[in-house]
Amino acid sequence: MAVLNVNGKALNHSADPRTPLLWVLREQLNLTGTKYGCGIAQCGSCTVHIDGVATRSCQVPVNSVGNRKITTIEALAANGTLTKIQQAWVELDVPQCGYCQSGMIMAATALLAAKPKPTDADIDAAITNICRCGTYQQVREAIHAAAKA
Amino acid sequence: MTIHQTSLRRPSLRRRGFMVSGAAVAGGFSLGFSTFGVAHAAEAKELNAWVVVMPDDKVVIRIARSEMGQGTLTGLAQLVAEELECDWSKVTWEYPTPGENLRRNRVWKNFSTGGSRGIRESNQYVREGGAMAREMLIAAAAAEWKVPAAECSAANSVITHKGSGKKLTYGAVAAAAAQLEPPKEVKLKDVKDWKIAGKPVKKLDTLDKVTGKQIYGIDFTMPGMLVATVRACPVIGGKLKSFDAAKVEKMPGVKKVVAIDGNAVVVVANTYWNARTALAALPTEWDIGDLGKVSSESIAALLTEGLTAPEAFVGNKVGDAKAAIDGAAKKVEAIYSFPYQHHVTMEPMNATALVTADKCEVWCGTQNGEAALAAASEASGLPVAKCDVIKLMLGGGFGRRGRSDYVRQAVLVAKEMQGTPIKLMWSREEDMTHCQYHPITMCKLTGGLDAQGNLVGLQVRISGQSILASLLPGNLVNGMDPATFQGLMAGGAEAAYGYNVPNLLIDHAMRNPHITPGFWRGVNVNQNAVYMECFMDELAEAAGQDPLAFRMKLLKPKWAAVLKAAADKAGYGKPLPEGHFHGISQVMGYGSYVAGVAEVSVSPEGHLKIHKITAATNPGHVVNPAQIERQVAGSFVYGLSAVLYGEITVKDGAVEQTNFDSHNVMRIDEMPRVETVLVPTNDFWGGVGEPTIAVAAPAVLNAIAKATGKRVRNLPLMHHELKKGA
Repeated sequence: MAVLNVNGKALNHSADPRTPLLWVLREQLNLTGTKYGCGIAQCGSCTVHIDGVATRSCQVPVNSVGNRKITTIEALAANGTLTKIQQAWVELDVPQCGYCQSGMIMAATALLAAKPKPTDADIDAAITNICRCGTYQQVREAIHAAAKA
Repeated sequence: MTIHQTSLRRPSLRRRGFMVSGAAVAGGFSLGFSTFGVAHAAEAKELNAWVVVMPDDKVVIRIARSEMGQGTLTGLAQLVAEELECDWSKVTWEYPTPGENLRRNRVWKNFSTGGSRGIRESNQYVREGGAMAREMLIAAAAAEWKVPAAECSAANSVITHKGSGKKLTYGAVAAAAAQLEPPKEVKLKDVKDWKIAGKPVKKLDTLDKVTGKQIYGIDFTMPGMLVATVRACPVIGGKLKSFDAAKVEKMPGVKKVVAIDGNAVVVVANTYWNARTALAALPTEWDIGDLGKVSSESIAALLTEGLTAPEAFVGNKVGDAKAAIDGAAKKVEAIYSFPYQHHVTMEPMNATALVTADKCEVWCGTQNGEAALAAASEASGLPVAKCDVIKLMLGGGFGRRGRSDYVRQAVLVAKEMQGTPIKLMWSREEDMTHCQYHPITMCKLTGGLDAQGNLVGLQVRISGQSILASLLPGNLVNGMDPATFQGLMAGGAEAAYGYNVPNLLIDHAMRNPHITPGFWRGVNVNQNAVYMECFMDELAEAAGQDPLAFRMKLLKPKWAAVLKAAADKAGYGKPLPEGHFHGISQVMGYGSYVAGVAEVSVSPEGHLKIHKITAATNPGHVVNPAQIERQVAGSFVYGLSAVLYGEITVKDGAVEQTNFDSHNVMRIDEMPRVETVLVPTNDFWGGVGEPTIAVAAPAVLNAIAKATGKRVRNLPLMHHELKKGA
């Protein structure tokens, strides 16, 4: 058994040490809000925060995480209140199929933490997540709206 | 905002009913056959197939089509709620199962969700369902008050008696209403009286998608479930020759290694990661035969031959095009091509199946629940009455999940391990290489202009792949695939050609490579719009005329109106910022008329920037303008991604692209601002999920030609040097 610091809790898992964090979260800890899209850190669907840094969990071996703090989409509204980013997402009705949106929101959350008033260029640089439904226009609007909230 | 406040619309009867949506399966349990039939919650009163009313006034609207981000469930619920006269804030939704549909004589009719048909094909009967339920609720209240129903009216989930002012809520009379005979006829509301439909209400399924709670097929789990992953022959159509299960059977978590359908190997393990790791280590040999000789080059040669072949299926013919072109003052000719495209849904294919001696259950995202049910029955060998499919949210569809190949695979594996639920998941690599791809075609266009620059004759020869010949051969008409001519058809309400050309011949030399084709968002409207709308610009240029003016002389009224709406909104013809250029296009598809104006610039270094796209749509009726805007903007991401990067190539018989590193797609930094213009004429019902994609590519290509003087006739753009003088 190994321990991970996930969403403020110490959680045990029995995965092989080389297993990507993504699959430990999804299959061992039942945190399925973090999605599999490519497995090669291209699409961003698996984005989580490790010590606050937006990270693609499909390329992070679980044994490399140590006791760093992992935050997943499930923890953003853990106290029952949506974050201002989630709220902006709801207000602007951003998701379509929604599959990429956990990763989008995690990336946007990290962006606003680093740059509270991002420019369009900041968004272009930070949000490299793939959405195939094409929510990009609403994602951009929602990030700006959350920055103003 | 608290989650509690925004969770009011979560269905409450689903766990106890026979129907489910994502939330009901989050805990992971088998519904089992005991939940079919009449196992409603006792307090849930079904007024008809579409409407269930709870004592607390909550309204559950049944949605037969599949939600995959296009907003169909919200739009359909709006139409039911409009006629029901219910309080929209009390509306929630659920999916009936395809098995239940069969048992009830297909009371929910067609489950198929493709061809932008959700609203345009079911608006009449779902509105009637809402209206009938309303009349039954009114009749129940009138009976309780012992007054004529004609003296009562309904609004906002409350029935009011005009004379006495008495009021009853829907929940209070639902039990009595459910006992009444439905009215034989109902009158539907005039569009001008709509209060819920036609309004930009928010989607009903957003909250769980921002908190990570939404359960997609890939997230589904149940007690005792094992996870399988598959590798099919890398050459589509090839066979499995051998595999060495002993090499991986003792790897961590591995439970079983099986071959299915003679063309694929599957590893079943305790987790996906263990299954995937073992599958990667599994030695396999394939028999690909002569298919290994096929390449993109050999396919191009096959299609090139078709461009001038004597035999072709005629899709649209007016007068004598050849004679008119031969006698024309000026002849213009061009050859275009459009490559294979992959859907690349963000969620790779997956399905969970449980097979026992006498039942087969499947949980999956599907665009066609009834086809998935048929696949489950066929693969399990059990009669369809002993099977069912519980639909889960789709992480993208775009046509891909209209096929049930992944359902079949899951059931075949589950059949090998009876009593154990099996979640079969495809890797991205498996998904990329075993799609049903947007078909490959080429097109030769020849036009004749008279001395005044009028188009007197036009020949369009399409050469390439037919979707129907591969997937639905029964739908061919004397061997011809009518769908090949989408957007170019002689008439009809679906995808008719908009230009009046005095002498016209559009035909198709069918050439079918082994790469399986399929329906890809927008289907054949996509390449047909590129061919026709880019060539229209070439003809206009040859005629020395403005592309808009040239088209306006030829276009029929509804096509012209939507193009003018887009051009007006974009300020076409007015000065643009230096270095910016407009390109235009139009098409009819899925019953709707659409047009686009692209504003682009190309830097001296050849860097393309798509600044803005103005898109006009006449979908007949507008059920939710906000969701149409999202569909239009989203469809441009899909269409422009194909323009910029989209291409599936073939080497040694196999698809070469395997993941996003070899198949790039558009990201937010390349997303132009999209402005949507809605110009509904309220005299028909058209689709919105697909048609606008098709105008993205030709509008951008036409603008690039203006900016650079270069006419790009082969996609994707990543292969072209746009630098001036290059």
